[in-house]
Amino acid sequence: MARYLARRLLQIIPVFFGATFLIYAAVYSIPGDPIRALAGDRPLPASTIEALRDEFNLDDPLPVQYAKYIAGLFRGDFGQSFRGREVSEILRQRFPVTIRLGLLAFAIEVVIGLLAGLLAGLRRGSFLDNLVLVSTTFVISIPIFVLGFVAQLVLGVRFGLLPVAGLREGWVSYVLPAMVLGSVSLAYAARLTRTSLVENLRADYVRTATAKGMPRRRVVGRHALRNSLIPVVTFLGVDLGALMGGAIITEGIFNIPGIGREVFVAVRGQEGTIVVGIVTALVMIFIFSTLLVDILYAFLDPRIRYE
Amino acid sequence: MTTAARPEAMPATPGTGDLLLEVSDLHVEFRTRRGVVNAVNGISYTLHERETLAILGESGSGKSVSAQAVMGIIDTPPGYVTQGEIRYRGEDLLTMAESERRAVRGQQIAMIFQDALTALNPVFSVGWQIAEMYRVHRGSSRKVGYAKAAELMDRVRIPSAKERVKDYPHQFSGGMRQRVMIAMALALDPDIIIADEPTTALDVTVQAQIMDLLSTLQEETGMGLILITHDLGVVADVADKVCVMYAGKVVERGPVRDIYHNTAHPYSEGLMASIPRLDQKGGQLHPIKGAPPSLANIPPGCPFHPRCPYAREVCTTDHPPLYDVAPRRQSACHFWEEVLAGGN
Amino acid sequence: MSKDIKADPAVPADGDPYGERIDEQPHRDATPHAESGLSEGAESVGTAATGGAVSGRSASLWSDAWKELRRNPLFVISALMLLLMVVIAAAPGLFTNQSPRACNLANTVGRPQAGHPFGFDIQGCDYYTLVVYGARTSITIGVLVVGVALLIAIVLGCIAGFYGGFADTLLARAADVWFAIPAILGAIVILSVFNQRGLFQVAFVLIVFYWPVMMRLMRSSVLGTKEVEYVDAARALGASDVRILRRHILPNAIAPVIVYATITVGIVIASEAALSFLGVGLQLPAISWGLMISVSQNRILQDPHLLLFPALFLSITVFSFILLGDALRDALDPKLR
Repeated sequence: MARYLARRLLQIIPVFFGATFLIYAAVYSIPGDPIRALAGDRPLPASTIEALRDEFNLDDPLPVQYAKYIAGLFRGDFGQSFRGREVSEILRQRFPVTIRLGLLAFAIEVVIGLLAGLLAGLRRGSFLDNLVLVSTTFVISIPIFVLGFVAQLVLGVRFGLLPVAGLREGWVSYVLPAMVLGSVSLAYAARLTRTSLVENLRADYVRTATAKGMPRRRVVGRHALRNSLIPVVTFLGVDLGALMGGAIITEGIFNIPGIGREVFVAVRGQEGTIVVGIVTALVMIFIFSTLLVDILYAFLDPRIRYE
Repeated sequence: MTTAARPEAMPATPGTGDLLLEVSDLHVEFRTRRGVVNAVNGISYTLHERETLAILGESGSGKSVSAQAVMGIIDTPPGYVTQGEIRYRGEDLLTMAESERRAVRGQQIAMIFQDALTALNPVFSVGWQIAEMYRVHRGSSRKVGYAKAAELMDRVRIPSAKERVKDYPHQFSGGMRQRVMIAMALALDPDIIIADEPTTALDVTVQAQIMDLLSTLQEETGMGLILITHDLGVVADVADKVCVMYAGKVVERGPVRDIYHNTAHPYSEGLMASIPRLDQKGGQLHPIKGAPPSLANIPPGCPFHPRCPYAREVCTTDHPPLYDVAPRRQSACHFWEEVLAGGN
Repeated sequence: MSKDIKADPAVPADGDPYGERIDEQPHRDATPHAESGLSEGAESVGTAATGGAVSGRSASLWSDAWKELRRNPLFVISALMLLLMVVIAAAPGLFTNQSPRACNLANTVGRPQAGHPFGFDIQGCDYYTLVVYGARTSITIGVLVVGVALLIAIVLGCIAGFYGGFADTLLARAADVWFAIPAILGAIVILSVFNQRGLFQVAFVLIVFYWPVMMRLMRSSVLGTKEVEYVDAARALGASDVRILRRHILPNAIAPVIVYATITVGIVIASEAALSFLGVGLQLPAISWGLMISVSQNRILQDPHLLLFPALFLSITVFSFILLGDALRDALDPKLR
């Protein structure tokens, strides 16, 4: 187990540098003037451009630029907007909101998704099962921004059930956006749980457990469940990335002041540096979370521990 | 493979112990979207203490399904036991309530399966899986469970049993895993162990060890053993009596020695003839022509008639019952005398 | 890391959702000797043909799949739907006689009415025409991105899976780096620095983010298929690597990738819409369903028709691709043969 962990840690390091370098290089070394590109249509006086070039070390060779950039990251410096706002400051202020939204969405995804998947898998071929399958296919097909607007229209405006914008009403304001944010992931999670359970219920070891005279509840709840959840756990980890992307859209539509909305606004306002800074932070978090998922996976599946 | 049976391994004449299991006219069908599959079509056999019954047949003969019916582990739907009785010590298992049946399963009648790697749960240690028998059926504590598990692992000759109790199935070799399965089956001292192709997935040398182990355990405990296999050699080594199955029916039944010496059914005759023999070196192999029928579409009359060298008109219309060939020996062939006389 | 394939969120996996297939005997045993109980005319143990008609067998995988697909109503429905979309994309003139640019501000956000079933957008353009022309963008981008990414994935996946070794490790590490960046985030960052975002730029970025998963899938598929004995047999007979790949490995290994690619077309179309909605995808005056929704954002709550029609077409298209992919998977799944 220790060896497995050590190996994963070692693998994370090049991935981290590779990913951050990729983002950095994509933005700062495209042909043409990166500053211009980041600024979009915004007119910049020559002096500002010079100052920014110096700030971003753009006259240094690429590897050196990147090294200084990484050094900055480790100091907590994620860059600044064109008006001098520190990205790290933005992160500090806005992150808590996004975390709350994300956690609520994740909770909805896990609880409802897994439950639906398990029930569907246990009652395979039943009405419930088909209902779950059809509804999840629908949800996956509808782009999240469409879902967001539809939710606003129907649940918010038409029926006035839940707040549709801003955070004025406390935690209730998080409910609708969290439902929308978690919806697609919920659909995938439910389907995956269902398939996994169905496959495991057919497995030889389930037959053996039954042949040992184990009660059905134990066979399903102990033997099959643990095996079934393994791929689901992995999925939940990978899905965090999708949640991040979804948060940008959801916070934008519902006007939730988290870092997702910051990106949403920054993109429209052509604040390229903010976009890059926040995304880099998110990627770092994502990479770290994949490590956590790997550890959890090793706990659940002993076969991995000895690889 | 060890050579022919060891006389000293049978202290009591098989067939004289208590009657443990009596299967009568068992029928199992699977109802699927494409039609009904008649997996088992009226088989009957008995099993006594200390006896080893081999159920011999190819893939698709219904041998595994019949065993699963005895255990009561066929998924319903799509599988249904439509006819017959399965009497364990006189009581019909098929008419029992599920809770009673579950009490028999694993504790009085246990089963071991072919591929121990997939038959064992990969995420729990072997000790945990063996101990489960004690914890669930006897209410033992975890400590007691693991201690018993170690004892059992020792009894089935797994080296360093105590140290390996917490190991996982994938950490064992094929033969060792099969021993774990046997230990699990043995845990609560069952009267009957059904072994479904226990050695098919193993090397020949390991096969011999496992069969030896089963024989020894049978001597020690006096239990009945049902061995399901397609391997004629294993049957010859270990079994007292054999049921040859084809298309869901028993086509020949009787003491192993007698049948092997001189078969009374064209199918068994074909099986014997198809074994490559050392003295046939350089000659041609003699497989049975054709293929076993789809169980969704069994030919009328005798199911073997399309492939049978003795087939006549009557074979296509009249299904042969089990004719008495000798005391305790039967054959489901209209022309069994010819087959017997033709002899191998 | 075999967990990746199953865990990939974009592959909605489900077995037998519509109960079209025969139910096997509940427990499938691992070895070939196992009792199937339902084998229909299976080869008898004594005469099993190993490696017999190899290419015959792989050809029959696809022809069997086709036969099964034809009978699956969901496949037929989704295939027809997609055919319709493709026709709309290829020949929008068949469906509307107006020009998408013929806009009259006087009609701004007009409701659906006679002659204009979808109403008007903010600029007063006929919404129906816009939606029809939007199909072209979506289908083109979906097919283009997946087509190119598939090609790259097949070639690299075969190399990685077949030859292993250094090439494999290199590609695996590269893919790892890619996976560390969630696709949407990466796409947003890269696209936000492009000033000109036409079809090709957007397609390029999407290709960059979708090829790694397909490559991984291809690679593990190839790894699974190449260990079979008939490959060794073919090699012993002197077949070249390319030939082995082409005739023996590819036809079987490619199935999961094709399934995934089909579903991915839908996902790509949705991704382009999302990116355009965010403002980093296509730009005006391009016509894209996502862009149409983005442009009308602020008025959607008052004029829902601005959302409804492009969203409907978008969803139906994505839905059809997913159904198609599911049907393909069920038909091609070897476990159900």
